[in-house]
Amino acid sequence: MAVLATRVTSRSTLAVLERALTLYRRLWRTSVLSSFVLPVMFLVSIGVGVGGHVGQVGGTDYLSWIVPGVLASTAFQMAVGECTYPVLGDFKWVRAYHAMRATPVEPGDMVCGWLLYILIRVEISVAVFLVITASFGTLHSPLALLTPLVCALVALAVAAPTMAFAASVDQDSYFALLFRFVLIPSTLFGGVFFPVDRLPALIRPLAWLSPLWHGAELNRAATLGTAPPWPVAAHAGYLLVFAGAGIAWAFHAFRKRLQD
Amino acid sequence: MVTTMIAARVASDRLSPARIGAVMGRNVGALRSGPAYWLVLVSGFFEPLLYLLSIGVGVGALVGDLPVGGRTLPYATFVAPAMLAVSAMSGALSETTYNFFFKMKYMKTFDAILATPVRPFEIALGELGWAMVRGSVYTGAFVIVMIALGLATPLWALAAFPATMLVGLAFGSLGMAISTLMRGWQDFDLLASGQFALFLFSGTFSPVADYPLPVRVLVEATPLYQSVELVRGLAIGDPGWSLLAHAAYLVAMVAAGLLFAARRLERVLCV
Amino acid sequence: MSEQPLIRARGLVKRFGDFTAVDGIDIDVAPGEAFGFLGPNGAGKSSTMRMIGCVSLPTAGELRILGMDPAREGAAIRGRLGVCPQLDNLDPDLNVRENLTTYARYFGISRPEARRRARELLEFVQLADRAGSKVEPLSGGMKRRLTIARAMVNDPDIVLLDEPTTGLDPQARHLLWERLFQLKRRGTTLVLTTHYMDEAEQLCDRLVVMDGGRIVAQGSPRSLIAAHSTPEVVELRFGDERPAGLAGKLAGIGERVDPLPDRVLVYAADGDAATAEVHRRGLTPSSVLVRRSTLEDVFLHLTGRTLVD
Repeated sequence: MAVLATRVTSRSTLAVLERALTLYRRLWRTSVLSSFVLPVMFLVSIGVGVGGHVGQVGGTDYLSWIVPGVLASTAFQMAVGECTYPVLGDFKWVRAYHAMRATPVEPGDMVCGWLLYILIRVEISVAVFLVITASFGTLHSPLALLTPLVCALVALAVAAPTMAFAASVDQDSYFALLFRFVLIPSTLFGGVFFPVDRLPALIRPLAWLSPLWHGAELNRAATLGTAPPWPVAAHAGYLLVFAGAGIAWAFHAFRKRLQD
Repeated sequence: MVTTMIAARVASDRLSPARIGAVMGRNVGALRSGPAYWLVLVSGFFEPLLYLLSIGVGVGALVGDLPVGGRTLPYATFVAPAMLAVSAMSGALSETTYNFFFKMKYMKTFDAILATPVRPFEIALGELGWAMVRGSVYTGAFVIVMIALGLATPLWALAAFPATMLVGLAFGSLGMAISTLMRGWQDFDLLASGQFALFLFSGTFSPVADYPLPVRVLVEATPLYQSVELVRGLAIGDPGWSLLAHAAYLVAMVAAGLLFAARRLERVLCV
Repeated sequence: MSEQPLIRARGLVKRFGDFTAVDGIDIDVAPGEAFGFLGPNGAGKSSTMRMIGCVSLPTAGELRILGMDPAREGAAIRGRLGVCPQLDNLDPDLNVRENLTTYARYFGISRPEARRRARELLEFVQLADRAGSKVEPLSGGMKRRLTIARAMVNDPDIVLLDEPTTGLDPQARHLLWERLFQLKRRGTTLVLTTHYMDEAEQLCDRLVVMDGGRIVAQGSPRSLIAAHSTPEVVELRFGDERPAGLAGKLAGIGERVDPLPDRVLVYAADGDAATAEVHRRGLTPSSVLVRRSTLEDVFLHLTGRTLVD
């Protein structure tokens, strides 16, 4: 663990977060489409459009069934998206991390500051999405109020390793691969649109590996008031472990990229 | 034929196939630049396929059969031709928007090419030609997958292939026209969102008959709807006169897109 | 308290794999001094600066900055340094003022204080009228001045400037020098690298000449010239004749004769006397230039190479 040791101070971490928020205040308009409009369009096309031809799934209507999944996948996609190009860009083109490196800010502060920013972004999206889906009448339990917490866990679990990945590559074309071979398959087969137990038995364990599946199931249990397939502690524990390992990797990757 | 007609109007001197070929050849040369670019190129094929498997097959199992225009189709058979059309669209658009803009604005590739006898319209045709090569590889592979999964009969699937080339030409021309208007990367977010909206609502995942009338009219005016209808009509073996109308729409789109792109290129690059 | 050097290095080494960038150097920088590293690209100047800036740890040797050890107290040291890197890394999506205030926050400076300092520093680098402007449209010189203002935002004890005027046009360079001279007058300790002699002569009280990771000479610009060159230099050009062939005919004139590919340099206490001697020997150079000796001559003498090629 000595290699991974990096100091994190709240003062420096908050300064990094502040920069991110200052940038967001300037650029938020361009993110409205991808953060709010696209997930809702997705929901309308698949949930309402295709859902109109689907009967009951797991004892509820199809739209109610996919809402919690789409909610988790919104957090998932936003976390991955905000940790790829922006992070590589701050190393390679903007060199913002090099600028920070010349100050008392440590690599650990850079990682934690950006993760806090991701959490804030995700929670804003989740809140808007919840209000919209509530108006569709798809939330069936007061436990739905716990979904922002689940989404925060999902976001942390994927944002941290994605940041580490972005800090380790030198070309943005790797992101296209990440999107196509990890992000899109996870979204499409991770229990968002149809139950994972309909997947061929051989592929099913792959879906269990994805943080998105755990998040989708926890969210679903919360909005429908049902029990998730695994114990809640197992789903949440998996996400926590995933996040912890990701953060350790990100610390290491940032230090490595900024040394010498 | 259409392209030569436009060419006659736009280009003052004669177009040279050799020069157009040279512009295409530059792209082939770029393929040697590294494994990452190759992987990205190849992986572009998987996206529509994954949607087909997830929504078409996965959700399709929940849907069962779908009544479409008096016939009843398994849901996956309904979605597959739409994904084929999407694959043609995204193959053509990724070359003619993102890559084209990058070459135009940042790599100054075209400025370098224009220092030679190559003319802007030849660049447009060369880039479009390359986009068609890339798009056709995607759609060709997709057609084989459809046949293998039993989502189309071999004969009708083959009949749909030329239609996907027309779709590629239409979106490729449109993409280039749009690229010449782009101000910066932030515009690509808008483009990607627009493309995603088309992808979700062009009768791809559910029949447009489900939509309220005004929405339906709006959707029917969009290029992806026209493409999906053309490709689906052939792929499910249900040809009709209406397919000619869809094809005409796409041909007009090729002509208008190319004409506009060449004019703008002349203005942007030759000043 | 001026007895203790702000920067002290003994046998400082930096290796990257098999490559030795810095090969055992000793440095002492006193408070209020303007200290320069002069040398060609690849001499080890930037690697030394990065070690002083506590972003790269020494491979061997001793380094103390402000009396502290970079390996253990890097963050504390960086808190008291101002760094102007070779590559501008301003935030293009923030405006000019925000670039300063955001950076100030990294040092834990309160928001009102950050705003106050930003206002003052923008005044100092003559960018007050561009406070709300984006960074991208600024000229290279303006960007560099903004970077220097940013390096001042924590009121540092030492300001590190890596190639501060590389890539700037002459006018922008002079404006920048003038601002750095003001900083010097305020008593700020400056440490800079450069491969421009004129810059080193203008700004540095003391400098070290580096080549191949080692220090080959040190002292004030004037003492270096006195020690390694003559007061004057005569530059002779001969139309078609190759300079190398002429060295023999010029032997004995001045203190030293140095044939370069395109000209011959004659080092002499009295340039006019040396020129007269050249003509007396029946040689007819196509052009003759008598000038004062510069650091370029010192470098040429020490390494046998020119600084900028």
